[in-house]
Amino acid sequence: MRVKSKKVDLAEGDLTPMIDMVFQLIAFFMVLINFAQTEANDRVVLPNSKLVKPPDEKLDFPIILHVAQDGEVILGGDSYTAQTLRIGLNQELAVIRAEGKSPADANIIIRAHKDTAAGDVQEIIRSAQEQKFEKFALRVKEDRS
Amino acid sequence: MKFRNREEAVKHEVNMTSMIDIVFLLLVFFVMTFKIVELEGDFSVKMPLASDSSGMVDDTELPLKLRLQADEQGRLTSIQLNDVQLGVDFVALQNQVIALVGGKPPGEASDDGPEIEIDTDFNLRYEYVIDAITSVSGIKQGDQTLKLIEKIKFAKPRRS
Repeated sequence: MRVKSKKVDLAEGDLTPMIDMVFQLIAFFMVLINFAQTEANDRVVLPNSKLVKPPDEKLDFPIILHVAQDGEVILGGDSYTAQTLRIGLNQELAVIRAEGKSPADANIIIRAHKDTAAGDVQEIIRSAQEQKFEKFALRVKEDRS
Repeated sequence: MKFRNREEAVKHEVNMTSMIDIVFLLLVFFVMTFKIVELEGDFSVKMPLASDSSGMVDDTELPLKLRLQADEQGRLTSIQLNDVQLGVDFVALQNQVIALVGGKPPGEASDDGPEIEIDTDFNLRYEYVIDAITSVSGIKQGDQTLKLIEKIKFAKPRRS
């Protein structure tokens, strides 16, 4: 007797809509991912201000100083105090001079923690002024409320 | 003639499993690295180091002096603009600044405008300084910002 082979009916769900959704999600996150976050520092919580707006164009020769709550200054991954910051700024100066510019062309961006002592920020500014830097930007978070 | 053992048409299906694995990995990567962007802006301060020989100071362009005092915890205890005591009220400070410099129509940029010197106690929390700078540098009216004082500088730090 001949036995007819019965085909096992494999139930396969249609994966197309799921893949569509997953690709849309990936596209969404890819567009919104912000690599500029590398500028941020976890130890710094910026103060708020209603007046500031994100700048239209980037500042020339930005030198970013993160100021933690205890007054510690972080420049390019190295820690300094307001007194020793001169060493770090000198390295930046060498780069600026190598490009044929003067310290007055550079912008010092100060990202200070909201609870840090104002005097520490002033001393940092003074230390930078002694290295002939002139332009400073106090970075704050935009308050949209 | 009847063909009994005719082969059924073979349906070729691409195996999606590996692609879905990779796609989910990508998705997880983007979800984990996603961070809501907080918009940031700058208050620009142009402040060259003042030379000691300040014999050429024009008396008519003396900066406004803003004095901020703090208690031991760094909280703001008093605001003083020139000689006027303003308590701890930033709105009063803004009104005082408007009274002093706000008469000019916006857009008249014949000079750089008035200058303000901020003199704070050493241990005052930085956020109060930013609040003070916000109050003196402009007023937000809807989407427009009316500028008041754009030139801001700091006095010598008061090391306690």
